[in-house]
Amino acid sequence: MFDLNRIRKDFEILNRKIWDGKPLVYLDNAATTQKPDVVISALTKYYKEYNANIHRGAHKLAEEATTAYEAVRDKVKKFVSAIDEEVIFTRNTTESINLLAYSLGELLVNEGDEILLSEMEHHSNIIPWFLLRERKKCKIIFAPINENYELNYEKLEKLITKKTKIISITHKSNVLGTVNDIKRIANLAKTNGSIFIVDAAQSVPHMKVNYKELGCDFLVFSAHKMCGPTGVGVLVGSKELLFKIPPFLGGGEMIKKVTFDGFTPNDIPWKFEAGTPNIADVIAFGAALDYLEKIGLENIYKHELELTEYALEKLKQFDFLKIYNPVIASSPSRAPRNDNYSGAGIITFSNPVVHPHDIATIIDQYGVAIRAGHHCAQPLMKKLGVSATARASFYFYNTKAEIDIFAHALKKAFDYFEVGACKELKLKGRSNDSPNAKPGAAKIR
Amino acid sequence: MIVLMQNQELPKLDELYKEIILEHYREPCGKVPLEHVDYEAEGMNPLCGDEVKLSLQLKDKTIEKIHIEGHGCSISVASGSMLASILKGKSINEAKQLSLFLKDMMHGKVDKNEKDIGDLEALEGVKKFPVRIKCALLPWTTFEEALAGHEHVEIS
Repeated sequence: MFDLNRIRKDFEILNRKIWDGKPLVYLDNAATTQKPDVVISALTKYYKEYNANIHRGAHKLAEEATTAYEAVRDKVKKFVSAIDEEVIFTRNTTESINLLAYSLGELLVNEGDEILLSEMEHHSNIIPWFLLRERKKCKIIFAPINENYELNYEKLEKLITKKTKIISITHKSNVLGTVNDIKRIANLAKTNGSIFIVDAAQSVPHMKVNYKELGCDFLVFSAHKMCGPTGVGVLVGSKELLFKIPPFLGGGEMIKKVTFDGFTPNDIPWKFEAGTPNIADVIAFGAALDYLEKIGLENIYKHELELTEYALEKLKQFDFLKIYNPVIASSPSRAPRNDNYSGAGIITFSNPVVHPHDIATIIDQYGVAIRAGHHCAQPLMKKLGVSATARASFYFYNTKAEIDIFAHALKKAFDYFEVGACKELKLKGRSNDSPNAKPGAAKIR
Repeated sequence: MIVLMQNQELPKLDELYKEIILEHYREPCGKVPLEHVDYEAEGMNPLCGDEVKLSLQLKDKTIEKIHIEGHGCSISVASGSMLASILKGKSINEAKQLSLFLKDMMHGKVDKNEKDIGDLEALEGVKKFPVRIKCALLPWTTFEEALAGHEHVEIS
């Protein structure tokens, strides 16, 4: 059963008071989520009771730590229904993509080859490929989005050619909330013989993701966006490919044998885990996975959709807001659709008068935490024709009462800048040479 | 007719968004193109995407005109607008000193009353919002970089 009151008790931070005693309304979950007590206790339990380096120690603590660390791989596999695949722990989604861009790039990509991305990618799924382009002189192609903030699949299909070695696309946009049709792209990739990587940082925490059903080659995501600690990223992928590609980082743990002449890499997954891994956080991530399983991904998704619908309804009063969400875009009446997962949990918006930073600062005074800026998606911002937007993002512990506070605080922010009271207000350029210049605005004494 | 809504509930905000700041934001100075450009620099805050392009026209060693364009929040736009109006007619040395003073003021090293800085006083309230200090300083850092001959600057 989904008991919101009980769930909220699991997160001590949700009792936090901000400024002069305003309750925290945390709506920045797409950036990172809060951690339940079970995750924090798993972390401290490791340090207090069985802290040891893993794999190499012959003592009791090392054995306990190794068992606990390795057990999380199986939990991850179960969580995303990836039975035969391998799980590699990295630092974050970004590192997982860098690993793939480097190691797959070394093996597969040559001058003139193409990497296909989309216009809605996070910088973490753009820059590693730009780096590869510098090494391999390959081309980076961006599949366009349409006016409904969804991928244009017809155009995407045409962009897949014999030169397309790798396709790397987000499952769910961190700005638009759009959920892409991964199965459809996976079929195209398979037919064409392209490797397909899915950035699932925003999907795995919020909806049931089934690796097998998606049909991609690699799935990458981060622990900290799903109640886990920071510093743990995941890479799930085919054993066959991981066996073939060269290692990413070199050092201890990733080798089988080293001589003065060279080395033999370790078996997978350890071949890709050089140095002492983030043992404590991986173990605590295991606790987060158990916790999410207990609540149920279907319940999480349903609750977030309900919150999104409620918030969109509340935002209707601000008819001067531009909302970048596929639900809104495809439905002029702003009635959310229930036919797929797209658009739930993330509401990104802007208006020409009040800059997102000012909105964020003002509503922060009401205890409401949202994000303002380019959300590490500058090319997408350019496509949307803005330099920055404001984003509210939900998780299962958020409530409708919190959204009421959010809407109230937004109202105050717009009142403050007189939006709504004077909708026609536009920013006009004023010259300091103009005769209309206010004398008070340029006093130098 | 613009009537400011001063926020009764949250007096702290009124320290940040002083009336003069909002006025500059709504109608920023420095929008007239220059006849010739002597110094120019582009500044950006990669954290938020705010961008400013600043051009200076000099006569002898005095700043004759300043052109400023870009996009940003109220604090960064207002600060740029104040820069454009306040530095006009100042010598390069005076301008540099003012820029330095403003930075020190934002970082709490000097008090605003130690120098007569006109409208710039209003930016003092930004001090209480540490994450916004960069917004206020972006045009000034860009100005300094323009004088130093750099074309592009990132504040991080």
